[in-house]
Amino acid sequence: MSMEELFHPMQEPMILAAAISIVVGAVVIVAGLTFFKKWGYFYKNWLSTVDHKKIGIMYIAVALLMLFRGGIDALLMRAQTAVPDNGLLDAQHYNEIFTTHGLLMILFMAMPFVIGLMNIVIPLQIGARDVAFPRLNAVSFWLFAAGAGLLNLSFIIGGSPDAGWTAYFPLASTEFSPTVGNNYYSLALQLSGIGTLMTGVNFITTIIKMRAPGMKLMKMPMFTWSILITNVIIVFAFPVLTVALALMMFDRQFGTKFFAMQDGGMDMLWANLFWVWGHPEVYIVILPAFGIFSEIIATFARKNLYGYKSMVMSMVVISLLSFLVWAHHFYTMGHGVMVNSVFSITTMAIAVPTGVKIFNWLLTMRNGKIQFTTPMLYALGFIPIFTIGGVTGVMLAMASADYQYHNTMFLVAHFHYVLIPGTVFGVLAGYHYWWPKMFGFRLNEKLGKTAFWFIAISFNVTFFPLFILGLDGYARRMYTYSESTGYGPLNMLSFVGALGLAVGFALIVYNIYYSWKHMPRNEKADVWDGRTLEWATHSPVPEYNFAVVPTVTRLDEFWFAKKEGRDITAGTIEKIHMPNNTGTPFWMSGFFFLAAFFAVFNLWIPAIISMLGVFGFMIHRSFEKDHGRYISVEEVMATEKSLRGDK
Amino acid sequence: MKKKLSLMFVTLGALALLAGCEPLTVFNPKGPNAETLSNTIILSIITMAFILLVVYVLLAFMLTKYRASKASADYEPPHEEGSHLLEITWTVIPIIIVAFLAVVTVRTTSTVEAQPAGYDDKEPLVIYASSSNWKWHFSYPEEGVETVNYVNIPVDRPIEFKLYSFGPITSFWIPQLAGQKYAMSDMLTTIHLAADEVGSFMGRNSNFNGRGFAEMEFEAQSMTQKDFDEWVADVKAKEAPLTEEKFDELLKAEHVGRQSFSSTHLEFRPAPMEHGKNMDMGGMDHGDMSEEDMNNEHSGH
Repeated sequence: MSMEELFHPMQEPMILAAAISIVVGAVVIVAGLTFFKKWGYFYKNWLSTVDHKKIGIMYIAVALLMLFRGGIDALLMRAQTAVPDNGLLDAQHYNEIFTTHGLLMILFMAMPFVIGLMNIVIPLQIGARDVAFPRLNAVSFWLFAAGAGLLNLSFIIGGSPDAGWTAYFPLASTEFSPTVGNNYYSLALQLSGIGTLMTGVNFITTIIKMRAPGMKLMKMPMFTWSILITNVIIVFAFPVLTVALALMMFDRQFGTKFFAMQDGGMDMLWANLFWVWGHPEVYIVILPAFGIFSEIIATFARKNLYGYKSMVMSMVVISLLSFLVWAHHFYTMGHGVMVNSVFSITTMAIAVPTGVKIFNWLLTMRNGKIQFTTPMLYALGFIPIFTIGGVTGVMLAMASADYQYHNTMFLVAHFHYVLIPGTVFGVLAGYHYWWPKMFGFRLNEKLGKTAFWFIAISFNVTFFPLFILGLDGYARRMYTYSESTGYGPLNMLSFVGALGLAVGFALIVYNIYYSWKHMPRNEKADVWDGRTLEWATHSPVPEYNFAVVPTVTRLDEFWFAKKEGRDITAGTIEKIHMPNNTGTPFWMSGFFFLAAFFAVFNLWIPAIISMLGVFGFMIHRSFEKDHGRYISVEEVMATEKSLRGDK
Repeated sequence: MKKKLSLMFVTLGALALLAGCEPLTVFNPKGPNAETLSNTIILSIITMAFILLVVYVLLAFMLTKYRASKASADYEPPHEEGSHLLEITWTVIPIIIVAFLAVVTVRTTSTVEAQPAGYDDKEPLVIYASSSNWKWHFSYPEEGVETVNYVNIPVDRPIEFKLYSFGPITSFWIPQLAGQKYAMSDMLTTIHLAADEVGSFMGRNSNFNGRGFAEMEFEAQSMTQKDFDEWVADVKAKEAPLTEEKFDELLKAEHVGRQSFSSTHLEFRPAPMEHGKNMDMGGMDHGDMSEEDMNNEHSGH
């Protein structure tokens, strides 16, 4: 591969500018760390940490970064299509941008944001001191980070994937997609996917085995329930992706023909495998949001969650149905009335448990005392907007009608109406809600609310016109269209909405800076008058989470204890066993990253050498004796005193 | 909050109306199958509007009645476990709605997947539509003519499009006449349609297939049987037959204008098997097109 080919994306001025900004950003961070002599601090406290709270914060930091990467892609797409026959981007770059937009937003924004929040909150909410496998948790994060880094690198070296985030074969084969873009796709997703699978195992174990004494399954907070179910879906769905990506890599790089057009290959096999993972993936990012909304609505309506049992049941039903609907992504493949009818019915059936949840949330507020805080605004904005996403989902589920919606902007509008009010509002609500728990100060409410209104209104201005465009026959993924189609005005409106969304998200980031400068510190532990255990410990949370693990007798134990004037964290302090920090996950994932990077370019010798590095760390680990360490009673008492004394 | 929200939806509704001055393509059907789909969509929109209304009224009610600013400072919300009656209600009613839509779906899917009703007595005209790079080939085996990037059909006669692809998956779509279906390299799929009136309709590939995707359109023109017969006779008389060399050249081209030939490529490059019948055949046979040809064909990317 020639140098020119290697850096071909750089020939586009806009891409060059973006690439330069990535490089400059990296240089500034490295120079800053060096100048302020923070490398030691950074390595000791972050790169080698196994603390679930810090890992969670790193997940969210990466998610926010990727939100902006993916957001710039989105702005470019909307700018390109704002007017007919626009020449801002050519077809190839448009194709790369919508592909990376989808990949980044789903796999490197939504997923890490959800996983970040579950890392921070779950051990606190179940009264545990860390996750079941803290070191594995660090491996999960660093593998995810390696995958995210690799996919972003494709932007600079070699070209990004350009066959859509679905990467359908034969389009994604070397025959029709000869750049290394789709090698990056299979390897970057593989790395982060393996990390996610480990997260699944880790959190199922944590929730099953490490709950506070007395917390029976049906006494768990709803967010914990949603995360348990989510991780069960992860453990069943991600192996399918792992296999599909391996086959893709074999096809592209070793000349196998699993998805080829000749020699018995089946192109639609990829589509089936992709969506057998891909549809449950939708629920992996939406169920945690349902959990977050349940917590927030109960907290700010100042009432317990309505219909707890049916809320749990409906999530279990959704998780089962999520594996039975994948073929609705290609009704138009021509698999007959019978198959299409079965998948239509299973898909529409999901509306039933989802509706149960919506009505339970509404009824939670009845007789309540609703406070309109920023997290609550996201939860309340979610209901009307997400319901549009839900009902259009039912419309799309009807196989016959789907023949007219498939591959159009109607579909694009639908899934943004599900994923933005669902997942994005969900994680933003959770982020504002648990921020004081992470850092000990609140985010500014005024800025938070302004950002919410910008996002909620602009979202509808951006995506509602796409429903209309879709019904007017506007196919998705077209880099341009002619003026005679009449698609111009609504596309322009959509672009204006996208600018509003950009303002909203910029305000969210500005709010971090503003609040860090101006908001009062030493916020009390229970800022929102919460109901669940995470509010029982200090903010920010000490390393060991709870000096004394609380005992639980019922749902919302903390809430009732407050009413009765009991302190559930009272008890005798004993020495606390904690895991040691370790740099191994970071370095091992570094070698994984190198191996994958070389593999992208078929440089097998350096790739194999890098993999030997990975195995070296694994072997080292199997002989390592690390039994963790104890925090002495004196140290715990001193920490508790200083945290309490500040109040 | 509620006011702003309702204002937002009123604005959006008005926009939808403005855009609807001229009927949207999908709601402007010119054939029985597209009409079935248009009716199905309108029915589902009405059903869904009802559900939205229920949710919005309930939400507006909760948000106006139970806000903290309206409650007295010492008001303590009660503990409520839930209500079996209510929960059964909002489980059963959606099940009934879904069951109703399921019946509609199965019936309409069967309708559009068969020869259009009212045309049962007429022999369908079979047209093979195949895609390569960013163009469409239309072969009329009965008439012995072939076109590129335009297709003429007679009105009031059932048409069967047999779809396949010489490359990535494409989706054949003439929204005013019928819903879309995939064209794939290893199996044949079928679209049934008929045109009720004479006219020109936009047809396109709606499934992303690379760089030239946006321009992959064709014109579908419906005409009287007499005009159609004249056109066929005209092509047969004036155009050259499609040779294998010429066809290979065509396959390699990225975009081309309209072309017509007085013979079809099906004679030397038969279409793949019907969907479901090829599972043990080892996929599509690309005839004598060697892998080298395939690579050359796309080396220009």
